[in-house]
Amino acid sequence: MIGPLRKTSSGPRRVALAGITAMLAALVAACGTDYFEIPIETPIQPKLDVSPFQRVLVIGFVAGGTDDVDANQETVRLLRSQLRTKSSLKVIDADIIPLIDVARDQSQGSSEESNGPRSEGGAPPRASNGNGGGDRTIQGLSLPANIKDEKDLEPYERLFANTAYWKRIGEEFQNPLIVTGTVLFTNRSTSGFVQRDQETFDSLGRRRVMPMRTYMERKGFILRPKFVFIDGRTGATMYSESYREEILYNAQQNTPALSSYFELMDRLVPNFLSALSSQKIRGTRVLLK
Amino acid sequence: MNTPVIALVASAAVLAAIPASADAKKDAKSQVEFGISVAQRGLWREAIYRWEKATQIDPTYAAAYNDLAIGYEHEGQLDKARKAYEKALELDPNNSQVRQNYELFKEINDRTAQKDK
Repeated sequence: MIGPLRKTSSGPRRVALAGITAMLAALVAACGTDYFEIPIETPIQPKLDVSPFQRVLVIGFVAGGTDDVDANQETVRLLRSQLRTKSSLKVIDADIIPLIDVARDQSQGSSEESNGPRSEGGAPPRASNGNGGGDRTIQGLSLPANIKDEKDLEPYERLFANTAYWKRIGEEFQNPLIVTGTVLFTNRSTSGFVQRDQETFDSLGRRRVMPMRTYMERKGFILRPKFVFIDGRTGATMYSESYREEILYNAQQNTPALSSYFELMDRLVPNFLSALSSQKIRGTRVLLK
Repeated sequence: MNTPVIALVASAAVLAAIPASADAKKDAKSQVEFGISVAQRGLWREAIYRWEKATQIDPTYAAAYNDLAIGYEHEGQLDKARKAYEKALELDPNNSQVRQNYELFKEINDRTAQKDK
């Protein structure tokens, strides 16, 4: 037998629930949120005091590694263009010095003029100090003809300690801050197991991401620059910093060496700039109540 | 005979201290909130002043130290920022937001301190 429907208490309960929800919403609205994301810009002071200099001369690098990229030319061009836009120093446009040749000339103890930079319209500066010798040369050291790795590069580093040579260059360009160093851009290939996330779908169509170890052959490049900052007034090294960046691609991928070089340099340029100009690093932080 | 009197005085002192402490916390919170509102408008020095005040009023207020650290970071006062972050984490070690802020700060700070690698 079907009797009359019993009156349930769901009506008042629903009203009570709605009231509680409304009260909670009002409470949340009154209290507001307890955290706020805020963009910040952190100013970073330069590592070097460049106030005594008005001008900067990126003179050249001892470069080696792959022949696909002229790392000396490209590094000088890139750093000069970055300094033009992101530094208060005036960038000197001078011919790029093939520092390898300079080092070799010094190594041979040549008293003749080396392949120095040519000022805007002038003669190349001497490798020697021009007053009867006295430069600390890198005589007696065998310099490898081809620089393929760091070991080959090592003997060339003495060039940066030759204060008389750098002082001479400084005089030639009215005592600028001199930027030089070494750049090694080498091929790298590796093979082995690599962990990658692989997307799978089960029988119910649910997506799952599983870490999978797969054997891969990869190739890419390693960039190892060392930036040396020299005081053009004294020829002494003020500061130097070395970096290492690496990029690897699937072996089937054909990425030009030059684009890899720029990709790797892109990572390093902020570090280079932070040595001589103040930078602002943008980020986001969370303020709390 | 003196014992009940002492107990009474002590109780009264405790009762009086509770609202005072609650007032201080409320005051510190309002300083922090004001600091946030001015920081959002770009007035970072005023914000720092407010957050410093909040930490003086309530030295156990982790959020005030966190905000102060962010203010110092924005002004490039990295040593002060580090100390403030560390204090915030000391007071509230499980706060993931403070920890995240601190990690981001450290990344920048370590980079600036980086010399020859």
